[in-house]
Amino acid sequence: MTQENRISGGQIDRARTLRFSFDGHQYEGHPGDTLASALLANGVRLMGRSFKYHRPRGVISAGSEEPNALVELRAGARREPNTRATVVELFDGLSAESQNRWPTLAFDAMAINDRLSPFFAAGFYYKTFMWPRAFWEKLYEPIIRRAAGLGSLSKLDDPDDYDKGFLHCDLLIIGAGPAGLMAALTAGRAGARVILADEDFRMGGRLNAETYEVDGRSGADWALKALAELRSLPSVRLMPRTTILGAMDHGIYTALERVSDHLPAPLPGKPRQILWRIYSRRAILAGGATERPIAFENNDRPGILLAGSLRAYANRWGAAVGKRAAVFTNNDDGLRTAADLAAKGIETRVIDARKGEEVIDTSGRLGLKSVTIRTPNGTETFRCDALGVSGGWNPNVNITSHHRSRPVWDEAICAFVPGADGPPGLSSAGAAAGRLSTHGALESGAAEAEAALADLGLAAPARDLPVAEDAPIAITPKWYVSAGKGRAWIDQQNDVTVKDVKLAHQENYVSVEHLKRYTTLGMATDQGKTGNVLGLAVMAELTGRSIPQTGTTIYRPPYTPVAMGALAGRSRGQEFKPTRLTPSHKWATEQGAVFVEVGQWLRAQWLPRTGETHWRESVDREVLATRKSVGICDVTTLGKIDIQGTDAGAFLNKVYANTFSTLAVGKCRYGLMLREDGMVFDDGTTARLGDHEYVMTTTTANAVGVFRHLEFVRQCLCPDMDVQLISTTEAWAQYSVAGPNARKLLQKLVDQDISDAALPYMGCAEITLGGLRARIFRISFSGELAYEIAVPTRYGDALIRALVAAGEEFDAVVYGTEALGVMRVEKGHVAGNELNGQSSALNMGLGKMVSQKKDSIGMVLSQREGMTTANGYRLVGIKPVNPAEKLTAGSHFLEKGAAEVAANDLGWITSTVHSPHLGHAIALGYLKGGDSRKGQRLRAANLLAKTEVEVEIVSPHFFDPEGERLRG
Amino acid sequence: MIINHPILGPRDAQEFVYLGDAALIARPDGLAPGAQEAFHDYLYLRDNPAGLHRELWYHEQGDRSWLVVTRNTLTHEITQVELARDVARSLGRSK
Repeated sequence: MTQENRISGGQIDRARTLRFSFDGHQYEGHPGDTLASALLANGVRLMGRSFKYHRPRGVISAGSEEPNALVELRAGARREPNTRATVVELFDGLSAESQNRWPTLAFDAMAINDRLSPFFAAGFYYKTFMWPRAFWEKLYEPIIRRAAGLGSLSKLDDPDDYDKGFLHCDLLIIGAGPAGLMAALTAGRAGARVILADEDFRMGGRLNAETYEVDGRSGADWALKALAELRSLPSVRLMPRTTILGAMDHGIYTALERVSDHLPAPLPGKPRQILWRIYSRRAILAGGATERPIAFENNDRPGILLAGSLRAYANRWGAAVGKRAAVFTNNDDGLRTAADLAAKGIETRVIDARKGEEVIDTSGRLGLKSVTIRTPNGTETFRCDALGVSGGWNPNVNITSHHRSRPVWDEAICAFVPGADGPPGLSSAGAAAGRLSTHGALESGAAEAEAALADLGLAAPARDLPVAEDAPIAITPKWYVSAGKGRAWIDQQNDVTVKDVKLAHQENYVSVEHLKRYTTLGMATDQGKTGNVLGLAVMAELTGRSIPQTGTTIYRPPYTPVAMGALAGRSRGQEFKPTRLTPSHKWATEQGAVFVEVGQWLRAQWLPRTGETHWRESVDREVLATRKSVGICDVTTLGKIDIQGTDAGAFLNKVYANTFSTLAVGKCRYGLMLREDGMVFDDGTTARLGDHEYVMTTTTANAVGVFRHLEFVRQCLCPDMDVQLISTTEAWAQYSVAGPNARKLLQKLVDQDISDAALPYMGCAEITLGGLRARIFRISFSGELAYEIAVPTRYGDALIRALVAAGEEFDAVVYGTEALGVMRVEKGHVAGNELNGQSSALNMGLGKMVSQKKDSIGMVLSQREGMTTANGYRLVGIKPVNPAEKLTAGSHFLEKGAAEVAANDLGWITSTVHSPHLGHAIALGYLKGGDSRKGQRLRAANLLAKTEVEVEIVSPHFFDPEGERLRG
Repeated sequence: MIINHPILGPRDAQEFVYLGDAALIARPDGLAPGAQEAFHDYLYLRDNPAGLHRELWYHEQGDRSWLVVTRNTLTHEITQVELARDVARSLGRSK
């Protein structure tokens, strides 16, 4: 029999039937159903197993607060764990699996935990898994992780897209129940730009779940009419399926729109979800209220629901939970459930706590079978398969807490309402503000919208309130039933019981913050939406304090769980960050170059030639060919900053440790840039192109940071200097041409004379290449006779091709970053590994560059105590005593026979390469007192790589130490 | 957060890079006597107020202005936004 518990009425489309499966069983439902309502209509009450004890659980709510009915939705790469069945919109072909059970939901082997529950009480982990320490990683954690937990990930790439978007409005209204609809009507009629967002796929809130009338028609009909009017207003945007996740600063709210979650798969070109940032001038929280249970023994059986949810399933979805119902309530709202169920022909019994009646136990392991009650007339057990429980309604204050405002206790409704110091610009209306009647919701929605309009400087329309019920809730506090020895559940998602709260109290964890962390109350994915207030009310009673004295924990964003994919948006895979391509990229791709990521750039790492099977073959060839004849390398990625103005020289004196004002026009100089703490920040060459014009180069990695730093110095420290900066990194394609034949090659292309006399070492000039404007700098990183030549970027591809063609007669090679690295280590130049942010100029052997005659950034603190000790780290060269041995970067220096402990550490290897020129491994490193250790033999030990090599300390200049080749 | 840029108007804080205390503008003279001590204090001693805080923000995804933003660290309320250059000049900084 299908849909055995489907009853009359409801906002479902019975004309259409949807097929779906749960744990492999086939069922039918209708459009308008949620997975939970459809399962209930099919008589399925058991939907999950609890987190810790693996207790059989069913749905307890009809909304996003659901702690129990978590399922794995869909299959394959789209599998989504921990999805609340209460908010899953049914679609044809939906498949879901229960989770946290093995082998089946009805028979779960891990339910043994439930029998062992005395061992798993609050604080169990803290007390049990303390020691031995080594057991934690290998034994305890794997076992706990396997036993406790919820759904599992598919571990496949998410096939869907997630977008991010930005919206602006005058008034954001959160929640489209009676208060939200009335606020939207009021503001929309006034012409305000309104966004009305609701997490439900059907707007109307509780109006869809109730039977009372609004303005002489059903609440659901009134909601439809209001929505039709709102759709007709051009300044109003309705956003169903959209959860406001959090209140950020300055009127910004984050929202998640589930664009395609109600479909088997997103439509072509559509994202699965959109993460919105909504910029609002004012906002109204009309997010309603969440019912809370009363705790009693075995109150977690499938078939026991919140009373308001029980009637929501009957009224909105035409789904009965059972044939024989009962309602346990401490307020008048619970009586409505009984009346509505009775009207649907379901026999319903009321247990009214206000009359001294209470539920003391239940039976039915996989689903409620009977209820035992205690009344002034004695105890009684009766058959019952659906029990609604109402302990009152908690306003959904969550978002008002996002700026740390604490909710305040309202004795009249026995609940916390928003505090007065919530996010600026946010007010609350309706049940969220503690106005629990329909009239109260409509009235406060209108009033808050009018107040918002006044803030926005808009005139409010005449108030037109529909007629609606205004019954008091008539609540008498009742938190839990003291009876029996069994467990009464408070937080069903984290399996926290009244006993756990008592234990926390007994062990003096009485503050709400300690209670939360000791028992994990409210720390599950539902943030304790149903259980929190109940838990702290129990603590209040135990400590003899009032609830306001006990206080409450507060909530954080997000309001409901968010998929990581939505937070990542399009920033994943190739689009995780921008990719910058060098001007020679196309050419290098044609050559089959191997690329490496350098920050955002892709640079050629080496360019293999036919027959080369190992990267070392390519790199060795590139290095040897460059040193023998000539090599070409794309160095466009280095940062380039154009610096102009009458104070440009003085500005460079300020930002560089060495002096630049004395640099002649047409010359380049190596510059060392320090941080104010005296450590080296960056280095590069700066050329003086004119009296008031310089071009600075930075390392690739620091290009952005250096530019930011220069702007800081210019604007904040030297505001009156006549100096202007612009980044030209992208404007110029720049190639290094290095090697004994570099000049011969370039002279073929350059219109002007570039002989040693015309362009000496460290000279620079503005030139032309067949009429094309270009720049040439005679600088060298490789240690060879070398030039860097720059042309406007759009000619970069043409220039690499022209250079390669001109180089053919010299057997020119194009080399990548690996060969570049080999040559700079051979030459003893520092680079990223040495510029590690912890090293001073003195450490690098460049201490003399720091001029003491001028006030540059970092000069003063580079001389502070401890930075200048003679036995400090110094840059050294390292070679293995046995030339056949390899070196490992990160190896630490130790004296022979010294134990491998930090106290004996003398320094480390920063960079190591194989020098094809020398035929063995070489390295640079920092060594304590390195200057006086040349010729010494030490051990270079790497405890991670488990390598140890005997090394000799040498000069860092392995190649052409006198620099004769540079000046050739 | 939204920063009301003195030239460009309200801009999302995502466009900015944060540096820290605006006291960094008051850099001591490196050639003056006692510079070591002065720079130590300048670089390492900071107030950490619970309340109004003047701090440097850089409009990196914008016009590259350095701004001095007065922000309440408890509420994130921004009460004043100035061009850092103007602040530096008002402190007597020049070249």
